[in-house]
Order: sequence, then C-alpha cells, then structure tokens
Amino acid sequence: MLKIAVIGGRDTVMGFKALGLETYPAADAAEAGRVLKELTRGSDEYAIIYIEEGFAAELSAEINKFKDSPTPAIILIPGREGSIGLGQSALKAAVERAVGTNILGD
Amino acid sequence: MAGKAITPTRMVLKQLKGRLKTARRGHKLLKDKRDELMRQFMDVVKLNKELRTRVEEGLTGAFASLQVASAIMSPEMLEQALLYPRQSVELGLKYKNIMSVNVPLYSFQTKNNDPSEIYPYGFAQTSGELDDALDKMARVFQDMLELAQVEKTMQLLAEEIEKTRRRVNALEYVMIPELEENIKYISMKLEENENSTKVRLLKVKEMVLQEAHNFK
Repeated sequence: MLKIAVIGGRDTVMGFKALGLETYPAADAAEAGRVLKELTRGSDEYAIIYIEEGFAAELSAEINKFKDSPTPAIILIPGREGSIGLGQSALKAAVERAVGTNILGD
Repeated sequence: MAGKAITPTRMVLKQLKGRLKTARRGHKLLKDKRDELMRQFMDVVKLNKELRTRVEEGLTGAFASLQVASAIMSPEMLEQALLYPRQSVELGLKYKNIMSVNVPLYSFQTKNNDPSEIYPYGFAQTSGELDDALDKMARVFQDMLELAQVEKTMQLLAEEIEKTRRRVNALEYVMIPELEENIKYISMKLEENENSTKVRLLKVKEMVLQEAHNFK
C-alpha cells in the first residue's frame, strides 16, 4: 500500500497527523528539502507528498524534478498563515507550458 | 536547401514522395492528438482551479479552528491528544490512460469508517474546538486527495501537449516544406535532363540526315 506524506511546519502538520497521514515537521526550508529527498529516494513508497507553500518556494528545483513522472505527486498546500498563491501559480505554469501563453487571464 | 546532398534521380524522387505522404499523415494525426489533449487539459485545469480554491479555503478554516483549540488547550495537552492517530489511510494507485498519457487514479480507504472515530483522544481533557478542527480537516482531506490526482494529471498532460506541439510544428514548418522543395527540385532537374536529351536527339537526327542526303 502506498503512503501519503505531509511536510510542513510543526503547527501545520499537527492536524494531519490525526487523519492518519505520515507527517514530517520541518523547522525551515533546508530541513524540508532534506526530508523531501529522503522520501523520494529509491522506492515509490509515497504516492502523494503534500508540502507547505512557504517551504516549497525555496525547493522549486527539487519539486520540478517530479513534474513529469507519474509518482510522486507533490502538491503544495497553504500553511498556517493562509495561501501565498504559489499553488495557483503552479497551475498557471502548467497552462503556460501546454498552451504557450497564459490564457486564464489573471 | 535544394541542390545539396540529394541526387536527382527517379528513385530518390519516389522515396521522397513516400516520405512526404507519411509526414503529412503523421502531421494530421499529431494535430488531432494535440487538439484532443488540449480539450481534456482545459477540463482538468478548470477542475483543478476549483479544487485548489476549495482546498485552500478549507485548510485555512481548519487551521483557524486548530489555532483556537491550541489557544484554549496547553501545547503539551494538544500534542498528546494528537500524538497517536487512530485513523490510518491506505492509498491505492491505478493508472488511467488518456491519449497514451498515464495519469494516476487514487483510491483511498480509511481504516475507521465511523466518522466519530477520527478523534484519537478521549473527550475529557480536550476542548470542543479541537473536535471541530479535526472534523474540518477530515472533510477538506477528501478534496485534497482529489486535488493531488487532478494536479498530477494536469502536469502530465501539459508535458505531453508540449511534446506533441513541438512535433506538429517541426513537421509543419520544417520537415514538410523541406521535402516539398526537394521534390520540386528533383522533378525540375529531371525535366531539364529530358529536354536536353530531346534537343540532343533532334540535333543528331539533323546531322545524320545531312550526312545521308548530302544536302547543302
């Protein structure tokens, strides 16, 4: 069976723990990056990895590596402070890649 | 372009014509593939946009509730309450084929299906706000799972569309014009050869006749 991981600040991941997901609290982006590397190394054990937006900003190179492979899906989630729009920008990037220009109009 | 390494013979002409036909056919097929992928992609994008908004709103709400709960309860108590989850999630993964792109389909199963069973703590020492927060969390999680699926699909489709678009363009603007030009070059060259042969024959005939009848 495959697993779902959540990487984020301690406060962010706390709630997910109760849902039965595997949580990896990280203090800063560097630590989050280390955890992400650890999780994606070798086996495809983790099918989905949710990562807090605030950390993802600095890990975009690492995250983009997995864009074209079917697993794992790395999905940005807003942190405690609310959304900073990074998740939406991933959507825009995909549209731009496919169409060649941003046709969503925002 | 024309006049470089191609030899103007009938055989090469035939080969080039065959390749042009294949290229045209491939171009049409790839164009259709691109259009269909694009249609699917736009649907996925729309869905993704909706889900993303919903998840972000849901999570913000859940975090706010959690914040309230953590304000009421002591950090140690909160930690303790959530330390050992009663719920566990099992994720199944299958693939669906959209126009030869394999996109993931997640199916998940929670170990405890009773919604009141999600709270991994006794109610005596925790506040009601925590229950509320977890409830919201559990609800938004359904959307989060779908979001993961949709977002991955979107990314994979985007990659495939990009690839297909490149191929279509390469065929349309490079391969096909080049082949056409080469074919034109060869057929012109062949015609020229034919003409010069004809002229030569006429000339020879004239010379032979002159010799035989001794005109002049």
